[in-house]
Amino acid sequence: MLLAIFTDIHANRQAFAACLEAARARGAERLICLGDIVGYGADPEWSVDTVMEIVAEGGLAVRGNHDNAVSTASESMNAEAQAAMEWTRGRLSAEQRRFLAELPMSVGDEDRLFVHSEASSPQRWRYIQSSADAARSMIATEAQVTFCGHIHRPALYSMSATAKMTSFTPTANMPIQLLRGRQWLAVVGSVGQPRDGDPAASFVTFDTRTRELTYCRVPYDVDAAARRIRDNGLPPWLAQRLSMGR
Amino acid sequence: MARSKLQPGVVIDGFTVGDCVHSGGMATLWSVTRPDIDRPILMKVPRVSEGEDPAAIVSFEMEQMILPKLSGPHVPACFGTGDFATQAYVVIELIPGETLYKRLPELPLPYEEARVLVAKIATALADLHRQHVIHHDIKPSSIMFRATGEAVLIDYGLSCHKHLPDLLQEEFRLPYGTAPYMAPERMMGTRSDPRSDIFSLGVLLYFFTTGVRPFGETETLRGMRRRLWRDPYPPRQLKPDYPPWLQEIVLRCLEIEPVWRYPTAAQLAFDLGNPDQVKLTARAEKLKRDPITTVWRRRFNRGLVQPETKPSDVAVQIATSPIVAVAIDTSEGGEELNGALRVTAQRILATLPAARLACVNVLKLGRLTIDRTLDEAGNNKHIDRMVALKHWATPLKLDASRLTVHVLEAVDPAAAIIEFAEVNQVDHIIIGARRDSVLRSLLGSVSAKVAAEAGCTVTVVRTRAAAREIDDEEDEVAAKVVG
Repeated sequence: MLLAIFTDIHANRQAFAACLEAARARGAERLICLGDIVGYGADPEWSVDTVMEIVAEGGLAVRGNHDNAVSTASESMNAEAQAAMEWTRGRLSAEQRRFLAELPMSVGDEDRLFVHSEASSPQRWRYIQSSADAARSMIATEAQVTFCGHIHRPALYSMSATAKMTSFTPTANMPIQLLRGRQWLAVVGSVGQPRDGDPAASFVTFDTRTRELTYCRVPYDVDAAARRIRDNGLPPWLAQRLSMGR
Repeated sequence: MARSKLQPGVVIDGFTVGDCVHSGGMATLWSVTRPDIDRPILMKVPRVSEGEDPAAIVSFEMEQMILPKLSGPHVPACFGTGDFATQAYVVIELIPGETLYKRLPELPLPYEEARVLVAKIATALADLHRQHVIHHDIKPSSIMFRATGEAVLIDYGLSCHKHLPDLLQEEFRLPYGTAPYMAPERMMGTRSDPRSDIFSLGVLLYFFTTGVRPFGETETLRGMRRRLWRDPYPPRQLKPDYPPWLQEIVLRCLEIEPVWRYPTAAQLAFDLGNPDQVKLTARAEKLKRDPITTVWRRRFNRGLVQPETKPSDVAVQIATSPIVAVAIDTSEGGEELNGALRVTAQRILATLPAARLACVNVLKLGRLTIDRTLDEAGNNKHIDRMVALKHWATPLKLDASRLTVHVLEAVDPAAAIIEFAEVNQVDHIIIGARRDSVLRSLLGSVSAKVAAEAGCTVTVVRTRAAAREIDDEEDEVAAKVVG
């Protein structure tokens, strides 16, 4: 079965729609969302509705820190994120807020684990920034492959049977077979706010039969997404950073 | 981990296991069959047991990842892989015959035989590098030959692929590989430089032509590190009849700093394919090793000659070091077009300091007439053309090591240029569109045929004046740059 895995959508409708279309074109059979559906971007209602549909159709979704912040005001966030969060709360219906609040922190599926930040303590929202961070997450789970997001930069880590680590910055559209002899941690890049210098939206596909992981990049209408942010009075930096991919 | 249950008759993922055909230190090879595969195939199975070197497992994983990504005549075709969770294996095409290792008792080989042999290996290596893979274990036992002549590189356990995770990156604290063939920068932990393979092939060429390994057979780290400062004996010191052009090639491959080696395996293959065009430098003249003062300077000033800070990259290395061929018509009246060709060549070469230029002219042979090498005035036509080509290239002020001239003799000039590009792994052809439409209507457009049929990028150069005279429908394709 071909899974398509999205994360850090951040209410960017243009980017999410482009990724969904690209995933369908590649034959994705099951869609999975690793959280941060809202925050920063100007289309939270559409984005939450879309993930609700995905879940209703048999897909999976887990909670991100921005999804969490909709109902829990204690999350520590910078000024722009805070401003966008205030605005987002006002836009979402009670049903949408409940959906976000009830999302699980992580979901296991066969030998796979889906989590927003990392596996050792998902509620602490720690970033995977190094092999050491990746090792801590992998040691904490039995899952052979963990998929996470949160840092908005694609990366792939592995740990051998003798606990040797590898780190890798993936190339778009190059399938990588995740061998069974080791544990893997696939950090999925952001759909709605990429921060690796490439403004194109990011997602991955994973073929459960061949175990091939493919990092995908999808160009989308960045200007339209930025315009939506400015037109709604959200902090201008949130619009600017989209075209820079940072 | 499941113990190996392999034995004849067992079926694994559709492959029926036959006899064990080889049992080596790291792996065993079994002959297998599958009904839909009509050629001989082998199953390579790693030796995995308690207390076994974990590096053997990682090397096997690396092969499992890389082999399915490779294609072409210079690698064994891969038909399937199985992972360590059940039965680890790769199924690859059986390449009949022996590896080059079997030829060690015959060393040294005659120079000409070694030249042809190593040119084939360099061609295979260039193909592998184009597929984003650095082999990292080039040595006689990693090399086989197809019945059709192409070299095949086997054993990818130490390789790395630019677009796949490098599973060996943290596996070894010490450099891992075959000591006599290992490039100096590998001692410093560099795994991303394709020129490390060129060094290893240089070791092989030295060994095959002198019968002696340039850095001995030392396996100790201390002994291996000597190559960071100590140069090998020049082959001419060992064998007085050693051709200077061959020493030039060997010692360039064995340069301590990667930047002084051939930038690509394709450029090495080019020199091996055109020995009379090899530019001889001080390397060719060397009869002794470097003086001890030079060696000490290298040894105690390593800080000055660290590997480049900018990480080298196999794709960038190839892209910035192309072989460019320019087709020059030396006949009267072509000055304007030849000037335009020079401007285009200059633009390309200016941005790519590691590119090299091959100037090509075709001496056209008549289909029926008896060709004479001398013209009516008694001059040697071939030499005249070489002189004219060099004259054309003089204003480019290229270092002689970047420039070669070639006069091809052929009935069909376009076919000759296309073949030259093919054989010499040319990346880019620059060719002019002639203005003389009378001649072109008789011969057909050479540039159009080259642009349409060459296996590489072709730039067709045309002067404004020629463009006005051109018959549109005749040469449409040539107006474009064809990629």
